Amino acid sequence: MSYDWQPLLLTFKLAGVTTLILCLIGIPFAWWLSQTKVRIKPVLETLVSMPLVLPPSVLGFYLLLAFSPTHWFGSFVDQAVGLKLAFSFEGLVIASVIFSFPFLVHPVQSGFQNLSPSLSEAAYTLGKSRWQTFLYVLLPNIKPQLLAGIVLAFAHTIGEFGVVLMIGGNLPGETRVASIAIYDEVESLNYASANFYALVLFAVCFGILLTVYLLNKKLIMRVGGI
Amino acid sequence: MIELTLKKQLLSSSGEFTLDAQFNVAAGEFITLFGPSGAGKTTLLRCLAGLAEPDAGRIVVGGETWFDGAAHHSLPPQQRRVGYMFQDYALFPNMSVRGNLEFAQPRGADKRRVSELIELMALGEMQQRKPATLSGGQQQRVALARALAAEPRLLLLDEPFSALDHATRVRLHEEVLAMQRRYGLTTVMVSHDVGEVYRLSQRVLLLEQGKLVQQGTPAEVFGVGHAGGKFSFAGEVLAIEAADVVFAVTLLVGNQIVRVIATADEAQRLKPGDRVMLLSKAFNPVLVAC
Repeated sequence: MSYDWQPLLLTFKLAGVTTLILCLIGIPFAWWLSQTKVRIKPVLETLVSMPLVLPPSVLGFYLLLAFSPTHWFGSFVDQAVGLKLAFSFEGLVIASVIFSFPFLVHPVQSGFQNLSPSLSEAAYTLGKSRWQTFLYVLLPNIKPQLLAGIVLAFAHTIGEFGVVLMIGGNLPGETRVASIAIYDEVESLNYASANFYALVLFAVCFGILLTVYLLNKKLIMRVGGI
Repeated sequence: MIELTLKKQLLSSSGEFTLDAQFNVAAGEFITLFGPSGAGKTTLLRCLAGLAEPDAGRIVVGGETWFDGAAHHSLPPQQRRVGYMFQDYALFPNMSVRGNLEFAQPRGADKRRVSELIELMALGEMQQRKPATLSGGQQQRVALARALAAEPRLLLLDEPFSALDHATRVRLHEEVLAMQRRYGLTTVMVSHDVGEVYRLSQRVLLLEQGKLVQQGTPAEVFGVGHAGGKFSFAGEVLAIEAADVVFAVTLLVGNQIVRVIATADEAQRLKPGDRVMLLSKAFNPVLVAC
C-alpha cells in the first residue's frame, strides 16, 4: 500500500485559503445583498446560487477556457502577475471560491436579513459609523449563521471533485487533492490507499460538522439568553 | 430649538398622501405628535433623526441646519446626536445592559455617566445581563438609559410604551419625565394614547393624513378646556346594556372598568370600541391617600 499525506494536506490548504478569501469578499457581499434595493438583485442572487445546481463540469469547463493562456483572461493574469491559472493551485483557489460562494453567502445573507433594521438605525443615531455598526452590532449578532457559512464553505471545498478534475488535473503537490487521489487510486486498483484517504476525509468532515452543531446549540442559547 | 418645515410623499394602506408639516419646538419643551396610525407621525420623527429624508423643507435644530431641501444638504444621523427610542427598543442583543450604555457613549465621554444612569434608573442588579433576559419594561428602561448615555441634544420617543402593561407604563412615564427634566432635554414623542399625552407633554400636535390639523396644550386639543371643577377621562366603550328607561354603558378608563348611565339618545350614538371622553362635575370627591 502506498500513500502519503500530501493530497490531504493540499486539500486542507485549499479549503483554508478558499474559506479565508470567501470571508473577506463573501461576508461584505452578503451584507450588501441583504440591504440593497438595486433592480438586478434577483439576477445577482441567481448567479450566486448557480454553483448549487450546475454540474461542476460545466463550471470547470468554462473556467478552463477562461484560464487558458490563449484566452484574454488567462493571458492577462499571466502577464499582470505572472500566474498561470490552468492546472495550478492558484487556479483551483479561484474556482473553489466561485464554487463555494453560495454556501457562505446564503446563511450569512439570511442572518443579516433577519436582524431588525432598527438595530443599525439605533447604532447610527448613537453616532456609530457604518463600519463600526457592521463590526460591533451586526456581525456579533449573526454568529450562528457566520459559523454555519464558514464551515459549509470549508467542508464543501474539501469535497470538491468535478471542478478540480477539469481545471486542476492530477499534479502531485500542486493540484492532486484528496478527492482526486481517491479516484486515481481506485483506477489503479489500490483500494487500501483509496480507503485511507476516504477514511480521513470522512472522519475530518464528521468532526467539523459535529463541532458546528454542538457550538451552534450553545451560541443560539446564549444569544437567546436562555 | 427646533424649526421644522417639511414635505414628503408617503404611501399608506389608504393610498398616497403628502406629509406636510410645519412647527417649532422651544428648548426644553416636551411635545407629542398625536394621531391615528398611518398619519405620518413616525416618519416625521425619523426625518428629525435623519433616518428618513424629506422631499423638501428645512430642519434647523439649535441654530444648526440638519436638513435643507433647497441646498441638498442632509446631516447624517451620526452627527445629529439624537436619543431615539425605538418601538422595539432595538437593544443590542450581543451586549450586556452596561455594554449597551457604554457603546452608546461618545468617544472620550466620562464613564461615570453610565454608572450614574444605571443608578438613577435602578438598573444595577441587571447591568451584566443580556437584553433578551429582561422583561419589556426593563428593556424599555435600558433603552431610555442608553439614549441618555449618548448625551443627546434631542430626545425622540417613538411610541415607546405601546407594548407595556398599564402599571409599567405609568411608572415609566414618571421616569421619562424625571430624566427629561434632569437633563433639560427637548423631547418629541409619538403616541396615540390620550392618557400618556396628558401625563407627559406640554403641547400636542394633532396629525391626520399627513396634515397638522390642530395644536395646543393637551386640554385644548382634546376639547376639555382648562381644568376647572370637572373631571375628564378618556375611555373606551366596552358594552352597552338597556336598563329600564336608561342605558348602562360600561367603560374602560385607564385600567379601571366603570359603569355609567346614558340616555337612549346617547346610547344610540355609541358602539363598543368607541373612544369617548367621560366628563364629571367634581362636587364631592372623596380623596384617599394611597
